[in-house]
Amino acid sequence: MSDETTTRDAGGGLAADGDRSPFDEILERETAEGTQELRSRAETTPDELAREEGAILRLPEGLVLDPGDVDVEFGEDETMIINMGPQHPSTHGVLRIMMELEGETVLRSKPVIGYLHTGMEKTGEELFYIQGSTNVTRMDYLSPLHNELVYSLAVEELLGVEVPPRATWIRMLMCELNRISSHTMWMATNGMDLASTSMMIYGFREREMILALFEKVTGLRMNHNYIRPGGVAADLPDGWEDDVQAILDTFPGRLDEYDELLTGQPIFRQRTEGVGVIGPELALAMSATGPILRASGIPWDLRRSMPYMYYDELDFDVIVGTVGDTFDRYAVRLNEIRESLRLVAQIAERIPPGDYRVQDKKVTPPPRARIDESMEALIHHFKIFTRGFEVPPGEVYTAVESPRGELGCYLVSNGTNKPHRMHIRGPSFVNLQSLPAMLHGGLVADAIAIISSVDPVMGEVDR
Amino acid sequence: MTGAGAPLAAPLEAHPALADVPRAVVRGRVVWHPGRDRYLETVVALRDLSFVTCSDLCGVDYLHHPGRDLPRGVSPERFEVAVHLLSIERVERVGIRVQVPESDPVLPTIVPVFPGAEAMEREAFDMFGLRFEGHPDMTRILMPEDWEGHPLRKDYSPGRVPVQFKEAPGPR
Repeated sequence: MSDETTTRDAGGGLAADGDRSPFDEILERETAEGTQELRSRAETTPDELAREEGAILRLPEGLVLDPGDVDVEFGEDETMIINMGPQHPSTHGVLRIMMELEGETVLRSKPVIGYLHTGMEKTGEELFYIQGSTNVTRMDYLSPLHNELVYSLAVEELLGVEVPPRATWIRMLMCELNRISSHTMWMATNGMDLASTSMMIYGFREREMILALFEKVTGLRMNHNYIRPGGVAADLPDGWEDDVQAILDTFPGRLDEYDELLTGQPIFRQRTEGVGVIGPELALAMSATGPILRASGIPWDLRRSMPYMYYDELDFDVIVGTVGDTFDRYAVRLNEIRESLRLVAQIAERIPPGDYRVQDKKVTPPPRARIDESMEALIHHFKIFTRGFEVPPGEVYTAVESPRGELGCYLVSNGTNKPHRMHIRGPSFVNLQSLPAMLHGGLVADAIAIISSVDPVMGEVDR
Repeated sequence: MTGAGAPLAAPLEAHPALADVPRAVVRGRVVWHPGRDRYLETVVALRDLSFVTCSDLCGVDYLHHPGRDLPRGVSPERFEVAVHLLSIERVERVGIRVQVPESDPVLPTIVPVFPGAEAMEREAFDMFGLRFEGHPDMTRILMPEDWEGHPLRKDYSPGRVPVQFKEAPGPR
């Protein structure tokens, strides 16, 4: 394999006709995604062209773009379609973005996704309800507990069971810690993308503290399968207060260090300020949620606006940006870590004693000790693990605020022990759509910063 | 955000386009069941009633579950498209469920109304083979371009595909 062939992209327009080898053709046949790719202007309809340029048709009257106005007369030799990813290190997984460039300026772009598609929604239809959280936890692998939470809330709503308060408070504690670890991870990778490698090391170091606590509580560092329909898998271990306190003591000082390292740094600011701006109307129209929407100035946080669990009893601020650029998204996430720390401190004080899962024999397996002494417990245990439990027919859509935005679960039950349809509305999947709007008119180097600021987790995008 | 003005507080069914659309209230949430011909009209009316964000759109295949709960006047079909709209002004979510027959799985697109539904409609097309008429880029999104069939259909057998990976290119 010579360098000459490997540097050329299969789908792009780079290859000159003269020097194509048979290997090029094989490469193109094996890797091309056909019409899913960004095609040349001549092959693209005006509607799609406008989309790829980031122009959204529903804007205030003055700004509406008439598809006829789009200039399709660019000569093919003036612009160039290049391919970024799916193996590009700054695309956070296997995201592929095709961009049309004029010099260094991005004219059009299109995310091509699906490289990590593993059919998890189909798998979800084959698993019992009780096994479902093992499946969904693998979608957004940086905030697995939120996935389990939204799925469990959906199942519980259909079942009509009331989760004991202690279980709900434990869920909130774990989810807020997960938000911190996810945002810290984002700070790390974002630092890496913007060439601040020390930030990457710091971010991973801090995240490790939380993962160590998760390991203690759930047994696993990631993909916990901890929040299950009916409660949580296990009670908090002895001494969890000390670990949480250690996190609460360590993080504020470290966050101030990040603030100093990044917020006060001219290079970081120049690379992020005014880059990838998305306004509130556009963000709403594009269904963007989470830090992207809040950075554009809309104080929409499901924990505050449509409270679930006990978030309405807690005191926290919704962080809002003003400009909607990459820097605002960074600032929103940094300060959300601080708010989550406040929440963790309040939750840790308020966790009540009691059951950590619902005492409903049809839903919750009996404790191990009971199986030895009670025939009935043995039967329940056997039935739950061989047949699961049946859920009354119905449809439900639940949503929670994951670190990336609105994480929804649409669950259809037909009265059996497996979901008829389990659909996850992944915030990364939806947020990725606003990339062309943010990338348009920027530089290729800014594209790295912008992609990073969207914080896509490909496991969730492709599911 | 909660200080919605008087016109917003009016009930949704007061809107002329929504007056005779069948609806149900499920767990405190209004779900509209327009026919295919009224779908776009319903969506536009709700958008005008401040539901400017399309949170979610997904397909459902009811092949093995025909006897579901639907309001009077709605006849069940094999496919259903479930849309969830969000109003930040009203702090409210509504659902829309449209029946799509197997013989003609076509639905008008809502992308001109909700640009954010673009990827979701592509996903529904990819997974269920539902075609959204007028969508700017009706292509597969998660599956490879040359994939046969639509994986989330109930009659799609996961074990049907004999080889999952493409062969390695030969040495020459």
